[in-house]
Amino acid sequence: MSVAPAPAVVPRPPDRLRSEGRNWSTLLFLGPAAVLLIVFLVYPTIYTIILSFNRGRRGEFSSWVGLKNYQDLLGNDPDFLDLSHFPPSGALFNNVLWIIFYVGFVLFLGLVVAVMATRVRYESIIKAIVFVPMAVAATALGIIWLFVYSPDPNIGLVNSILGVAHVGPISFLGDTAWVNAALIAVGVWGSVGFATVILSAAIKAIPTEIMEAARTDGANERQIFTRIIVPMVSLPMSVLAVTLIVNVIKLFDLIFVMTGGGPGSASRVVAFTMYQESFPSGQFGKGAAVAVVMLIILVPLMIFNLRRFRTAAVT
Amino acid sequence: MTRAGAFAGDIVRPKPRTTSERLVRAINKTPIHIALALIGLIWLAPTVGLLVTSFRPRGDIQSTGWWETIFTLRFTLENYEQVLTAQGGMLGAFVNSVLISVPSTILPLVLASGAAYAFSWLHFPLRDTLFLIVVALLMVPVQLAFIPLLNLFRPLGWTQGFLAIWLAHTAYALPFGIFLLRNFFITLPKDLIEAARIDGSSNIGIFRNIVVPLSVPAIAAYGIFQFLWVWNDLLMSLVFVQTGSNFPMTRQVQNLLGQYGTEWHLLAAGAFVLMAVPLIVFFSLQRYFVQGLLAGSVK
Repeated sequence: MSVAPAPAVVPRPPDRLRSEGRNWSTLLFLGPAAVLLIVFLVYPTIYTIILSFNRGRRGEFSSWVGLKNYQDLLGNDPDFLDLSHFPPSGALFNNVLWIIFYVGFVLFLGLVVAVMATRVRYESIIKAIVFVPMAVAATALGIIWLFVYSPDPNIGLVNSILGVAHVGPISFLGDTAWVNAALIAVGVWGSVGFATVILSAAIKAIPTEIMEAARTDGANERQIFTRIIVPMVSLPMSVLAVTLIVNVIKLFDLIFVMTGGGPGSASRVVAFTMYQESFPSGQFGKGAAVAVVMLIILVPLMIFNLRRFRTAAVT
Repeated sequence: MTRAGAFAGDIVRPKPRTTSERLVRAINKTPIHIALALIGLIWLAPTVGLLVTSFRPRGDIQSTGWWETIFTLRFTLENYEQVLTAQGGMLGAFVNSVLISVPSTILPLVLASGAAYAFSWLHFPLRDTLFLIVVALLMVPVQLAFIPLLNLFRPLGWTQGFLAIWLAHTAYALPFGIFLLRNFFITLPKDLIEAARIDGSSNIGIFRNIVVPLSVPAIAAYGIFQFLWVWNDLLMSLVFVQTGSNFPMTRQVQNLLGQYGTEWHLLAAGAFVLMAVPLIVFFSLQRYFVQGLLAGSVK
């Protein structure tokens, strides 16, 4: 239903007056946000980028060092990236591990739970149960899982179960061989609910006729899953995957609480290194370089997601 | 998502007609029930374990596992008493979390909706370019602000109070808020806003009486997302809150862990004090909460 524009009965104010009023309105509505954005976001970003080419003692521009911070980071810092042995190690490589295993398992389990949940009556309950960790601070998730992983079989559930089978106790967070797997498992546990809710909505958007037609043609459940559900949700899956990768790049709280990057530097990730180099170590130039590395990784991912987001309705 | 309950299921299947059909269907579904029960267990056990532990006496925690509580059934509120008062300091930290989170939610909410109104219903030069810059700022991780903002805030003494963290949270919430709300405001009926303008409403009037009331779902989703984001944040408070008496709960729990790493009676109770508000928000405002989180996933 379209309404023809009503003829203006009220005499319009002179143009000059109107545009002046408008300018004031723009200033009133946009001004405060603009000031905050410029002072606390635009200026710091530029500052940090320049600082990353500087030695940056005390966070100030002390002496220009060109690309030295980046060279140190990528070539001389085994805590950040160590390619001298196989498998490689370091914070950047740990982030790669996170991207492969965290993103992979979250997508897989999210899809499996979403598909299974649509088949039962208690769908909303099971979705709420897996979603709850999303509401909770990573700090609290860290405490919950420190408890579960405790090497004391009277406290840690996992070692208690392993004890029944006469294995262990294993210090999951104190052993370099286990620590990343143990942390990634916590990350997966925390994010499956998010994937489940998104993928469940995507599955429900598949027209029922398609499912019914496949069933009448004699397709079994497995074929319906691999030939219909998986292809139909591949687009939301890709958006979800990118979102999860962004989470990985920004991951900090969980690592800080559970291991502090340790043992040694075995569980460091990029965002952790940025904090560690800047504050406890006071190497602000290097810290700034890590922040810039984060920005460089994030920009293409965010562009991908924002493009998709623009077309999707928000509420 | 326009569904009433965020988790509601709505796949309708034909009802089974005969008893045998029902039986076949039940047997077919048995593996699904078992798998879902296992998933439910894995997702509940860790949290329930810590919850049970938070009510167990200290001696019991150290001698038996929480899963053995059924044999003893001894519970106490002493852990919460200890963690809230002197030893744990969680009561003060709770107040600090409120003092940090409420302004860090209201400020971006007000500023972002104002700016979003300008970007959707006001005409000014370079509007689209400026909006694109806001969207670009959405990609900047908060780490890029740490060093320069500390240089700025420290000499002014703002890290001793809450001003530094309020401003940092607000600035970093704005691009996402402006982006989200502008995308919502722009869908409001143009006729309505034009009519109000012709009737002589000022922009403030239009904003307050038309745009905001019609956008409650989007504003609420953003508000809840931002509130929980700040409430649950540890990183920003590590950098921008530098007085011990101002620490929010996330930092206080982190401190407890450093001081009493194996005192599980304190840690468990502390973690649940920290989780209480998000869980209440989650269960009471589930719909807005899920929408906020889904929308917030681009942040």
